[in-house]
Amino acid sequence: MKIVVPVKRVIDANVKVRLKADGSAVDSDNAKMSMNPFDEIAVEEAIRLKEAGAAGEIVAVSIGSDACQDVLRAALAMGADRALLIRTEAVLEPLAVAKLLREVVAREQPRLVICGKQSTDGDANQAGQMLAGLLGWPQATFASKLDLGTDGATVTREIDGGLEIIAVTLPAVVTTDLRLNSPRYTTLPNIMKAKKKPLDVVALDEFGVDTRPRLTTLGLAEPAARSAGVRVADVAELLAKLKNEAKVI
Amino acid sequence: MSQYVAPVRDMLFVMQELAGLADVGALPGWEEAGAELAEAVLEEAGRFAGEVIAPLNVVGDREGSRLVDGKVVVPAGFAEAYHQFVEAGWGGISSPEAFGGQGLPQLLAKPVTEMWKSACLAFSLCPMLTQGALEALLHHGTPEQQNAYLAKLVSGEWTGTMNLTEPQAGSDLSAVRSRAMPEGDHYRLFGNKIFITWGEHDVTENIVHLVLARLPDAPAGVKGISLFVVPKYLLNADGSLGERNDVQCVSLEHKMGIHGSPTAVLAYGESAGAIGYLVGEPNRGLEYMFTMMNHARLAVGLEGVAISERAYQQARDYARERVQGRALGHESAGAIIRHPDVRRMLLTMKSQTEAMRALAYVTAAYMDQAARHPDPAERARYQSRVELLTPVVKGWCTETAQEVTSLGVQVHGGMGFIEETGAAQHMRDARIITIYEGTTGIQANDLLGRKTLREQGKTLLALIEEMRTDTARVGALDGEAFRQLAAAQDVAIKELEGATRHLIEAATVDPRLAFAGAVPYLMLLGTVCGGWQMTRAAGAAQARIAAGETAAFYRAKIDTALFYAEHILPRAMTHAYVVQHGARSTLALDESAF
Repeated sequence: MKIVVPVKRVIDANVKVRLKADGSAVDSDNAKMSMNPFDEIAVEEAIRLKEAGAAGEIVAVSIGSDACQDVLRAALAMGADRALLIRTEAVLEPLAVAKLLREVVAREQPRLVICGKQSTDGDANQAGQMLAGLLGWPQATFASKLDLGTDGATVTREIDGGLEIIAVTLPAVVTTDLRLNSPRYTTLPNIMKAKKKPLDVVALDEFGVDTRPRLTTLGLAEPAARSAGVRVADVAELLAKLKNEAKVI
Repeated sequence: MSQYVAPVRDMLFVMQELAGLADVGALPGWEEAGAELAEAVLEEAGRFAGEVIAPLNVVGDREGSRLVDGKVVVPAGFAEAYHQFVEAGWGGISSPEAFGGQGLPQLLAKPVTEMWKSACLAFSLCPMLTQGALEALLHHGTPEQQNAYLAKLVSGEWTGTMNLTEPQAGSDLSAVRSRAMPEGDHYRLFGNKIFITWGEHDVTENIVHLVLARLPDAPAGVKGISLFVVPKYLLNADGSLGERNDVQCVSLEHKMGIHGSPTAVLAYGESAGAIGYLVGEPNRGLEYMFTMMNHARLAVGLEGVAISERAYQQARDYARERVQGRALGHESAGAIIRHPDVRRMLLTMKSQTEAMRALAYVTAAYMDQAARHPDPAERARYQSRVELLTPVVKGWCTETAQEVTSLGVQVHGGMGFIEETGAAQHMRDARIITIYEGTTGIQANDLLGRKTLREQGKTLLALIEEMRTDTARVGALDGEAFRQLAAAQDVAIKELEGATRHLIEAATVDPRLAFAGAVPYLMLLGTVCGGWQMTRAAGAAQARIAAGETAAFYRAKIDTALFYAEHILPRAMTHAYVVQHGARSTLALDESAF
């Protein structure tokens, strides 16, 4: 069974994100970049399925500039078999990403697509769902456990107030939640081997997909700085403040 | 408690801009070792160092390795982390592919080593000693010995030790007394070895000891010492583990630092004698040890860089968070990093750490060139550079680490003196590095005697010329900063040259006059080499800025180089003065007057 895993290159989760001086965009010029953490979990899950004998080939896909090759190499070093970069300098919206992934699915014919549930930059949480919609496939989002059979999968989802266990038929799209697994440390021999694994680069235009933006960004603002705390005299004052000022109780 | 974040960007900058990663990648067999691989390797090693090894540092210090009922108990988490380390294949980074390593150049391996050492020095010593043992067998072992031990040492499934020191044989190994008696195809070893790093533990199923001992007919002194391989568990004919060998851990030392590392007293031959096998030819053991000395000394020099980096990161983070006092020019109380003197301390730490790293990596690249440059004359030229700079990297980086880790405590104020802060640990851990693998005095004697006087300063004077060329090139760049840098560097180079010529002259009058200034001379050379690298770094950063790079990183390189030029480089004048004027007073006092 072939698995496609889309991976996105985002600002590293440990970097404190800043806006550019003119407020036009997030300043990513010199920030450390890494694989989106949810996508890392997706790659890890695919590798575990392969190691368990439930999956065959793993194809990692990224969409973006040539710089995205580093996250694809990271996926290959973790254990993906080959990689595809759809090259574009444009920043795409989730629908455009989903449309492109639909084309990738048409070419690769996987039985399963495992996506991160969202990327830590856009936080849209849409591409996986849209891809399932475009393909007419079942979707199992926010997976915290995945059992794969030959014709279907059982997925435990994290929902408000508990867990939901659902069964989906294959082919399907699964999106990963944080607790699905802990991605492994890549070994040095695998980093070396990753250099020799195939990484294809295809220009975005070759897919003939309309990826023009449908949204307009009106403005960006940094969160308000946290103001200094105050010291309360006693529990009664604390309760009063929580009740009357913060209005949380 | 401080985190460790591997300074990957700084490391890559030094590797690419100063140490010539592209040139090393052009050497035969290292075509893969380009920037892309370097970045992937450093990123992943940095993650492993920060997440898996760094948390062990405090635990290792508090718990220490202990001897309980004759068994060595290592601190909580050490064994698990070590197994992960082996699993991830990091031990074999520069080892030959024939034995399961990755065969990468030193220029890639050394930054990775720096990370393990920053993360937890006590932990890092285990793979480091294993590396020493495997190199001894790689260069001097028989094919049978290599087949028996190398693959396991490369992977780290077994660890290795180096057994040199005995109670009466420290810096002077000619006094080694351990005996090896021939018995069939092997030897029986008897004697006591002390200060054996990671000498006993149960983390791995076997330990491979490399041991210096004397054969019955051996001549006295350094020319009568042979090298033996003595496994903790003997090997059966099929390579599986057999009987326990006659080597016992008698005790573990109670140390000032690196508590996590078990420093063993080993007794060989308490009953029938430990079975050992001769490595190489009889009576050449010490010579074999010296062939590995460049690697080991460079590795300890890197410990100076590594522990300085860790101390700096912790002090910087503290200075950003600790609110105390209203700094000049500020309206209200704020973080102490605002105070000019705290900035001075942090920059003294940062600038010297960067200078040390640059010199260490440049030396690692020289090692690679010396190993694989296609032209034999170039190989020889690089080799002489390596030999000249090895005692400098070892001596200067470890001595400077004393200052840097001490400043780390100072930045913390009273909290730095409290162990819970963790700042003091770096200072205690650092204290051993100027001592083991040859004290600073030994390094300085090596630098002055073997590496300078013996060849009338030939290699060094050529290096000085290269420093002048580089300095002139940077000085010609557009900007007042570069003129300032070059001017300061020129003065320091002149002092170095003068001191060198003075020592060559003084040695002909009375060698004691020269050697009285050996350590100040080593510090002089280190300080000036550091300035040379900082100047080059500023030049490389300016080239990037001129090419349109906007990152503050590059501007910081220039500012840090300026700080080094104004605060650290003037020390060259003091050192040079001491070298040229301080010998007679060092020697004048009668022994009875001390």
